[in-house]
Amino acid sequence: MPNLLEIHDLVTEFDTDEGVVRAVDQVSFEVKPGATLGLVGESGCGKSVTALSVMQLLPNPAGRIVSGNIFFQGLDLTHLSIAEMENLRGNEIGMVFQEPMTALNPVQTIGRQLTEVLHLHTDQSDASALQAAVEILEKVGIPSPEIRLSEYPHQLSGGMRQRVLIAIALICSPSLLIADEPTTALDVTIQAQILDLIENLQKQLGMAVLMITHDLGVIAETCQDVVVMYAGKVVEKGSVFDIFDHPKHPYTQGLLRSIPRLDSPAKSKLEVIDGMVPGLLDLPSGCRFQNRCPLKTAQCEYTSPAMELVNSNHQVSCLNWKNP
Amino acid sequence: MTQPLLTVDNLKLHFPVKSGLLRRTALYNRAVDGVTLHVKRGETLGLVGESGCGKTSLGRCIARLYKPTSGQIHFDGQDISHLTHKAMLPIRQDIQMIFQDPMESLNARHTIGDILEEPLIIHRAGEYAVRQQRVRALLDIVGLPMRSISRYPFEFSGGQRQRIGIARAIALNPRLIICDEPVSALDVSIQSQILNLLIELQKEYGLSYLFIAHDLAVVKHVSDRIAIMYLGKIIEEGPSQLIYSQARHPYTQSLINAIPVPDPHHKRQREIIVGDVPSPIHPPGGCSFHPRCPRQFTPCLAKQPAQVTLSEQHKVSCHLSASHDAS
Repeated sequence: MPNLLEIHDLVTEFDTDEGVVRAVDQVSFEVKPGATLGLVGESGCGKSVTALSVMQLLPNPAGRIVSGNIFFQGLDLTHLSIAEMENLRGNEIGMVFQEPMTALNPVQTIGRQLTEVLHLHTDQSDASALQAAVEILEKVGIPSPEIRLSEYPHQLSGGMRQRVLIAIALICSPSLLIADEPTTALDVTIQAQILDLIENLQKQLGMAVLMITHDLGVIAETCQDVVVMYAGKVVEKGSVFDIFDHPKHPYTQGLLRSIPRLDSPAKSKLEVIDGMVPGLLDLPSGCRFQNRCPLKTAQCEYTSPAMELVNSNHQVSCLNWKNP
Repeated sequence: MTQPLLTVDNLKLHFPVKSGLLRRTALYNRAVDGVTLHVKRGETLGLVGESGCGKTSLGRCIARLYKPTSGQIHFDGQDISHLTHKAMLPIRQDIQMIFQDPMESLNARHTIGDILEEPLIIHRAGEYAVRQQRVRALLDIVGLPMRSISRYPFEFSGGQRQRIGIARAIALNPRLIICDEPVSALDVSIQSQILNLLIELQKEYGLSYLFIAHDLAVVKHVSDRIAIMYLGKIIEEGPSQLIYSQARHPYTQSLINAIPVPDPHHKRQREIIVGDVPSPIHPPGGCSFHPRCPRQFTPCLAKQPAQVTLSEQHKVSCHLSASHDAS
C-alpha cells in the first residue's frame, strides 16, 4: 500500500533578528494509511515546525520551506497553490493544537466554528451542517451536544474544549489527523479519555494520525512507528518496538533511561543526559548531539552522521551506534 | 525527635466568591476543605491531584502565603496558623518554596546575584562579604557557573532557572521546602537532572519536602509517602510503594491506570473515569468523587466517607473500604 504522507529531505528556515534559523533540517519520514506515527523530541527540536510545514501554516514571511518535498496522497504539497491547499486543509488533513483555549475563537459559538468547516468544504445546507455538528460532538463524547452548539469556548472545561477541537478536525472525515501535543495541557484522567477517543475514532474512520508529543508514555501507548528528533534533525526512526526495546541512538537511549517510572525504586538516582540542547543559531559542525554524547569520538566533531539501516524498518543517525 | 516537623489539622481555606450587583459574598470556593497531614523530618510527602483540586492552595497556606479559614498548622511544635506577618518572619527562614515556572518567580530585572542575596539581606545573614561568599557557595551547590552571578534570568534555560529557584530556596538553610510542580515545565532530559538535584540536597542537608505535582510517576520517584487530593480533601495517603501497588480509593486507582506507560509491551487495563473535576464552589453532596466513580453505591450519595485506617500508615476515605472493614 502506498504511503499516505511522505516527507523527503524537508528543510524549513526562519528569519530571526539574530539570523536565519534552520528549524527543520533534512527531515524524512512516511505515514502509512490508517497507522499512527509518533514524532517525539524536546522543545525546540522542530517537531511542531514539521507539522506546520505539512499544513503549510508556517508564519509568513518569517518561515519558509527551503527544500524538500511533502507528498500527501501522491500530491506534492510544497507546489500547491494557496487555494488548492485550503481545499485540503481541514478537509483531507485535520489538525489538533496543544492549547485548546487559544486555538478556538472566543467570540464565536461552538456550533458556528464547527459548521464553518463544513460550509467551506461541502455545499451542505445549514440544517444538515448543524445535524452533522451534533453528530460529531456526540462522537467525541460531549454530553447534550444540542445545547453546546450555542455555547462559547469559555463555558467549557479544558477537556471539553480539546474534544471540540478534535471534533472540528474530524468533521470532514480527514484521512490524516495531525495532533500536536493534544493532551499536554490536560490532566492525566482527561488525557486518558482523549487518547482513547482518538484511537476509537481512528478505528471507526480509518484515518492515519501523526502524533506529536514529548511524552514517551503517550508514544508507547498510541503509536506503531516512531521518529525521534533532536535539534532539527531525525536521529532515529523505527517501529515502536525497535525504538523502545533496542534504541540505537545515544539520545534515544538517554531519554528512555531518564524518565521516572512507576516501578523504579524510590529516590534512586535517575540517569541524566548531561548538558543541554545547543541553540539552533550556533550549532556545532558534525553531530549535533556531540556535546552531550557518551559515545563521542573525534570524528563526531566534523562529520555529520548519515541515516544508517539497522534493519529494514529501523534507521539511526549516529557514527558509533555499532560500538557502544 | 519523634514529633513530625509539620502537622496540619483539619485545615480549611475558603475563598469568597463575590457576585451580583453589590459584590456580596454569596458563595465560597472551598479550595482546601478539612485537610489533615504531617511531614516528618528528612521526609518527602508527595501531594498529587488534578488541576483545581486545591494542592497549590494547600501548599501556599502551609507557607502562610494565605491565611487559613480554620484549622491548625504546627511547624516544629509551634502553631503558626494565625501568626501575624511580623511574628511569621523568623519562621519563613525555615519554610521555603520552589515554584513551577521559574521565569515568573524570578525578578526579570535583578541579576542572579541580587536574587540569591535578597533572602540573606532580609534575614540579616551577615555582612556583604559573607553574603557574597554564600551566593557563590549556593551557585556551586546547584551546579551553575560562577559567571551567572551578574547575569539576568532571561539568559538561562528553563532547567537552569529552576536551579536558581532551588538555590534561592536553600539560601537560608530551611528545614521544609514546599515544591510546587518543580519539574512539570521542563523537558524530560532536564527533568531528571532537577529531580536528582532535589534528592541529593535532601540527603545532604536533611531537608523535608512537601512535593506537589500532578505526575504520579515523578511523585512516586521522590516521595516516601504520598497523599492524594481531590476537591480540597485528602482521599488516600500512605507509603509510596503501597499507594502504587495497593491503592484502595477508586480515584487513586484510576489515576495510576491513566498514566501512559513508556513500554509498548504493556497491556493497558484502563478503567477510564468519565467527566471532569466538579467545581469546588458547588461540590457534589456525599462523597465528592461519586459522580465520576465507577463503583459508587447508595451510601456514596448520602454522606461523606470517614477516613478508614487500613494499616498504621495507609488511610483512605471511601465507603467501599469502610464496608469492607465492617465485614
